[in-house]
Amino acid sequence: MTLQTVLLVAAALFSVGLYGALSQQVVVMVMMGLELMLNGLILAAAGFWWFLAPDPSGQVLLLVIIVAMTVEMAVGFAVATALHRVRRVDMTDMAADLSR
Amino acid sequence: MITHVAFWALAVIAVLAGAAVFIVNSMARASYSLAVSFICVGLQVLLLQQNYVGVVTILMMVMEMAIMAVYMVMFMGMNPALMPMSMVHDKRHALAVSIAVFVLLATGVLLEPWPARRGTPPDDVTAALGEELMGPKMLVMAAVGVVMAVTIVAGVVLAAHRGRYDRFGDDLRRRPARDPQPGGVGR
Amino acid sequence: MSDPSVRVVAPLWVLAAAGLLGLLVLAAAVLDGALSARAAGADVRTGLTRPIGEVARLMRQRRRVTVAADTLLWRVGGAGLLVMAMMIVTVVPLGDWTLFDLDVGVVWFNAMDVLAWAFVWLTGWGANSAYSLVGGYRFLAHGLGYELPLMFALVAPAVAASSLNVGTIAAAQQGLWFVVWMPVAFLVFCMGVLAIAVWGPFSPALGPDVAGGVSVELSGVDRLLFLSGRYALLAAGAAFAVPMFLGGGAGPLLPAWVWVLVKTLALLAVFVWLRRHLPAARPDLFMEVGWVVLLPAVLLQDLLVAGIALGRS
Repeated sequence: MTLQTVLLVAAALFSVGLYGALSQQVVVMVMMGLELMLNGLILAAAGFWWFLAPDPSGQVLLLVIIVAMTVEMAVGFAVATALHRVRRVDMTDMAADLSR
Repeated sequence: MITHVAFWALAVIAVLAGAAVFIVNSMARASYSLAVSFICVGLQVLLLQQNYVGVVTILMMVMEMAIMAVYMVMFMGMNPALMPMSMVHDKRHALAVSIAVFVLLATGVLLEPWPARRGTPPDDVTAALGEELMGPKMLVMAAVGVVMAVTIVAGVVLAAHRGRYDRFGDDLRRRPARDPQPGGVGR
Repeated sequence: MSDPSVRVVAPLWVLAAAGLLGLLVLAAAVLDGALSARAAGADVRTGLTRPIGEVARLMRQRRRVTVAADTLLWRVGGAGLLVMAMMIVTVVPLGDWTLFDLDVGVVWFNAMDVLAWAFVWLTGWGANSAYSLVGGYRFLAHGLGYELPLMFALVAPAVAASSLNVGTIAAAQQGLWFVVWMPVAFLVFCMGVLAIAVWGPFSPALGPDVAGGVSVELSGVDRLLFLSGRYALLAAGAAFAVPMFLGGGAGPLLPAWVWVLVKTLALLAVFVWLRRHLPAARPDLFMEVGWVVLLPAVLLQDLLVAGIALGRS
């Protein structure tokens, strides 16, 4: 367990999440991809904190990432619900079409 | 030694479970494999001595994925578990981009001359985090609080389809409110 | 980091802790059997042996198979409740000994109790049966109502002891038990324990109106694991309430660990007894009760506790 290995694992998680966020069609699945990317960020931030600068202030960054995740989820679910209610779609491609 | 083994086992499970999210064709399995990935990362954060953040990650993400599963079942218009079908677009480019990003990140990680460790961890990491948040980083805490409150309001506004006029009538005088699902307090 | 009043024991003691939890489960099941027999007007003694007969019956029963069940998730959900209870017990100090002296033990309990959302819903989902899925959704609806009040109820003792370590919180109540001056938090915590065990008022997820809800298709060993998991969660919740609200091992004459067990058993008996004495909380109605009544009540309790803690320091 060194900084490099932690960051490599984080990079792998980030890339898998990126693939999902780019390729998935359903809004909820895109959100899962984004979550996985943020998951990688959490690990990377924790690794930086422990191996480079284990002072108290570094942990605040992790807390901010977690908050970003909750906000992303809450607003994502709300938008998915609103989109479904108004347009009856659950796919990003259809949502991108102009009103039919 | 045990830490290393645990770290690598968790790392492998985290990445595999993360990949499984986009491979399995069951909505429940996809949501909960993401939860497994988060639990592994939370435990790794525990290994990196940040107990509070690690446990909070597990706490939040399991809850979130329980909700996520409900939304998946609700919004996956075509059920991939019942009729296997590809729900992806532009798969090749997405794969190429993500592999390129991984290679780029990995090269950076391996080639960068990382600086030596600066400082030592505080005795009580959690208490130090709390004091930091309530002291020098108060601005972060204040901003986070406002952002969360705004998120709650925005989420409700976006998702609610009935306003107070629907509930209380045009003159807002109707009591009790007319709800499709009456609440337990009898408002 | 660790509290001097609590000693970490060797990892092998985890077996003893599991055995102790098993005994508590047995005690709870026997008590429930006796109370059931009394409620049915039968001889109480027939009820005492019923749990043992039930275990023997379920061990021999053949597994029921449903069409297109998600077996992996189903089994994970059914066995998960027991694992959850075990994980909760690891941070509960038994007098002076603890298995896992985590500095954020309270958050650990919270993280484990949230797993109930996953496990109960998965049990409902995995069977691929309409009624069991209805039960799973009922539990999640309860969860949205009870989880936030439960979280804020856990905050109160942590603030009063200015620590998230369970041992330190127990040690902070030498003079006055927390239950005395934070009764609202204690009651909400007990409600949360009943809820994660899908017990008493929170049993609509297993209700007879949906043919047994989550557990409708469970049979044999799976059913045994699920049911004993519910009792184990009741026991683990009662055990966790002891250091949080009931003064830990504080008490006259007897050694600390005996007191912890006595208090746990007493609270567990109350939980089991409550099953027949509280009305079912309908998930749709309970949601508003949770958010409009319980949450503000607990927040006020937290404010009060924070004020007192500030005044004392």
